[in-house]
Order: sequence, then C-alpha cells, then structure tokens
Amino acid sequence: MTAKIKEFPGTALSEKDFEAGKILFVNDQMKAEYAWDTGTAIGEYLAGLKRGVILGARCLHCRKTVVPPRLVCEWCFRPMQEFVPLQDTGRVNTFSLCYVTWDVRRIQEPEIPAVIEIDGASPLHGIMHKLGEVDPKKVSIGMTVKAVWKPAEDRQGAITDILHFKPWKEAKQ
Amino acid sequence: MGMRKVAVVGAGMTKFVRRALETGKELSWQAASMALESCEMTLDDIQAVCMGTAPDAFDGVHMKAEYLSDGAGAWRKPYMRSYVGGGTGVFAPIQGWYHVASGLFDTCLVVCEEKMSSYFPHAQAAFLTIFDHTTERALEPNLLWIFALEMNRYMQTYGISKADIARIAVQNKRNAADHPCALLGEAEITVEDVLNSEVLAWPVQRLDVSPISDGAVAIVLAAEHVARRVTDKPVWIQGVGWALDTAYWTNRDLAYPRYVEVAARMAYEMAGIREPRKEIHIAEPYDPFDYKALHHLEGLLLADRGQAPQLVADGVTARDGAMPVCPSGGLLGVGNPIAAAGLMKVAELFWQLRGEAGARQVPGQPKRGLAQAWGDLMQVGTVVIVGTNP
Repeated sequence: MTAKIKEFPGTALSEKDFEAGKILFVNDQMKAEYAWDTGTAIGEYLAGLKRGVILGARCLHCRKTVVPPRLVCEWCFRPMQEFVPLQDTGRVNTFSLCYVTWDVRRIQEPEIPAVIEIDGASPLHGIMHKLGEVDPKKVSIGMTVKAVWKPAEDRQGAITDILHFKPWKEAKQ
Repeated sequence: MGMRKVAVVGAGMTKFVRRALETGKELSWQAASMALESCEMTLDDIQAVCMGTAPDAFDGVHMKAEYLSDGAGAWRKPYMRSYVGGGTGVFAPIQGWYHVASGLFDTCLVVCEEKMSSYFPHAQAAFLTIFDHTTERALEPNLLWIFALEMNRYMQTYGISKADIARIAVQNKRNAADHPCALLGEAEITVEDVLNSEVLAWPVQRLDVSPISDGAVAIVLAAEHVARRVTDKPVWIQGVGWALDTAYWTNRDLAYPRYVEVAARMAYEMAGIREPRKEIHIAEPYDPFDYKALHHLEGLLLADRGQAPQLVADGVTARDGAMPVCPSGGLLGVGNPIAAAGLMKVAELFWQLRGEAGARQVPGQPKRGLAQAWGDLMQVGTVVIVGTNP
C-alpha cells in the first residue's frame, strides 16, 4: 500500500511556526508532590546507609545475595531469609560518561553513572551510582571501587548518603 | 491451542515528525481511518478496538486511552489500552490478536499513537519517573544512562567497537530515505558521520539514538472467514510472544537480552519455526538505539552472541541481503513515536509480505517476517511473527 499511496497524513511544525505566532498553544505546569513510604526492605536498606553499611538480602534456597534488599526472591518466590551487610567496595560492571543532565542541559565535565557490582553480593548483582575522584579517561570496566560516604552526622538514610564511588585497590595482605 | 487464525488485513500510518500540528486524537483518527480504507472496511465492521500508547506523563493527560478514544474509533465498543513501555507497539497487536484468536471478536482495530512533543522542554525529562523513586531517582538519572551503561557492557563483553555498531545506524537511516513517512532518512550518511556526532552519554552519540517524534499507526485484524472475504492477500499472525525480566536491572546480565529470547522462543514455537535464521525472511528488531538492533538480533536467536555486528558488516542485513533487517528504516530512520514506532514495524511487514513496499521492497517474495519491541525498564520483550501462510 505504501507503493500506492501518494500522500500520507500528518503535518510537521517547525520552531519558526511558533516564533512567527502561526500556532496557537496552551501552556501549563503541573506540580505534584509525593511522600513515598520506604517499606520494609528498602527501609532497612536506607537505615543501613545511614549507618554506613550497604545491605543485601539472601535467599538460602537459591543461594543468591541480591542488592538492594527485598522481601521476596524473584526466582523461587519464597521470602528472603535474611538481610546481610555487604562490603562498601565493588567492581565497575559498566559505566557511561554523560554530558547531558536529566533535564537535557549540556555539561562540560561528564557525570559518570555506573553499575557497581557490590562485594559480597552474587556475581553481576550491583547498584546504580556515580563514580567520582577519578579522571573520566581512566575509568574502565572491571576497575575496583569503594564508596565515599557523607560524614555520619550528615547522613539522612538516602542513597545519596554515598556521595559516589572512587577507585580503590585492595591492600595486599 | 484451540485458537482461531488471525490475519492483518489493513494498515495505515501518519508521517513521523518532530512536532505535529495534529493532536494525538487527530493523528489516531488519521491512521485508523487510513487502515480501514485500505481494506475497504468502515468502523461499523469493527467489533473491538485496542489502543497502544506510552506514558501519560508525555501528554500530561491522565487516562490517555480515554482521551484518545474518539480518534481511535472506540466509542460504544469493547476498548482496551495496553502499555508496556517501549514494547507497547508490538504488544498492542498481540492484544488485538488474542481478542480475535479467542473467538470473542471477528475484527479488531489496533491503533498506536504517540505525541512526545508536548512535554517541555524535552520529553526525555519525563523519563525520570521510570527510575526507582527511593533508590535511584535521587541520583538524578537520565534515560540515556541506562542505554549507555547497557551499550558499554555489550561492547566490552564481546569486544565490539563503536564503528561496528554505527553501521546499523547508517543502514537504517539509508533505508529510511525510501520511506515516505520518515523523519530521519539520509541516503548519504556514513559511519564517520555517526562517529563524529555529538557525544551525549559515551558510548552513546547523537546519531546512535532515534529522535523523539509524533505519529500514529493502525492495523486491522480479522478472523479467517472475514479476512478471506476482505482481501486476497491477508498477512497471517503466525506467532506471538512476550516476556518480562527482573525490574532490578542492575542485578542482571546487561550484555544479553534474555527476555527477548524468552519472548522469541514462545513466538517461534507457536509459528512452528525450528530454524529461525532460515525461516525468518525479514526482521524488524527494535532499534531506538543502534546497539539495541544488534542486541535484539542476538536475543531473537537470529545471530550468535556478539556476532550481530558481523552480519551487518557482511551485508546479510541489507535490504537485498540474506536476512534483511529493518528495511523500513527502523526507529533510527523513520522515527520513534514510541508505541506507534513498534506498530510501524508490523505495518512494514504487512506491506513487505504483500509486495507493496515500493522503493523499500525486499526482493525475492519474502514469506515471513518478525517484528520485536522492547521497553519498560529495559526488560520487556514483545514479538510478533507474520507470514503469507496461515
């Protein structure tokens, strides 16, 4: 049919149409406020962050340790048996050098979001956070990193209680 | 399975544009009426309507299905909206399929619409709310992050270069130059153009990404006894599949889309396909980002893991290759009005298998094609297989 049809519907507008006042439009802004309950598992996770600890959850049936913690194991649908403290160190699973903010502003110095596999969790199990105190050119997949925490008195029980992760080499025993 | 046979008998679409004059309702009506006209049916012949459209946040309209219902021709009919993020455009025809296959309805109109331009300054910011509000959103994540993170992991795992990936962007944008509705068709684009485009979130650059767009697509589904009366070239839905992986996306293997494999295996089994690489003549994998087209070809079992870039380099995926991929031009070339973009892939297969794709026609009378989409928080896969045989 595309071969037979000469003209498809749909009319493209350009910025100029707006500048020239050719287009009528209605502008509105919505403000929505929420207070999210943290729930049992994430509540524990946040309380852990306030103490300077990253918590995971362990399923003894599947022999998996996941992070962030949760009440139910997705694989066997049984309750997670326990919340366990993990290390605050890990390994970069993947990263990006991002020159655009969430609201699409351009920035010169990139943010470095990463998935960090947390030591003590099962392989490939990590959290999303940012890297800092590192030359963007020197970031690599597999590099070992450690959490940089806010001072204890400033922590609020939030993921931002970890400022970022920085490169770290395990001391030789 | 005790299911009735279902065919696609008509299709219509609007141009995909950066910002459309028409409202979402108007775009929906344009695509829907064009689909009905293409098979000489009217709304009176339609027994049920399925609507696919992505987040309400883009439009700032709650209950978007109701908002769009007049444009979709839904009034006083059984009407449902499905929404699985980017996977919606291939899920909506699956929903339409089971409406008809179940025996409940003989005809179903499937309409997918997206108007992303209403959100200011850029629809990207509306995506902030897909991240977990407590454990992720406080980091002010950008939608590009998850793609960049997944792309980097994919590249690293298999030793794939940026140039390897850029080739599929070039292929799709060139293919789109032949699509009358395309936003970004470029017959002359090169790999260097992609590699030299602005870095947004390394490894993602400007030309690795499909643009946000406005547009609508519609198809008409009919049960066998109706389909054979309506057209002598029905395109049969042979298999469907869909699957979801864990929403804890930082807890899974980012290098391989297992959810796509699960969905594909379901669809292959239903279609009686044992050797997909031989039996699928045209593939339309979801390509909002260039690496995703490759990633998905692997998940669909149409390429070995890490080997999809080689298929592109060898010309296998070209329009005249052994297994054409995205002959439409895909999301990278035609545009990415989310739900409409997925259904565009099904409409493309409809036109291709009927030999009506004009300048985009794949040679050699293709008999079977596969369309796939992907979405939610990077973990839903939706697959539809259509063919010229019931």
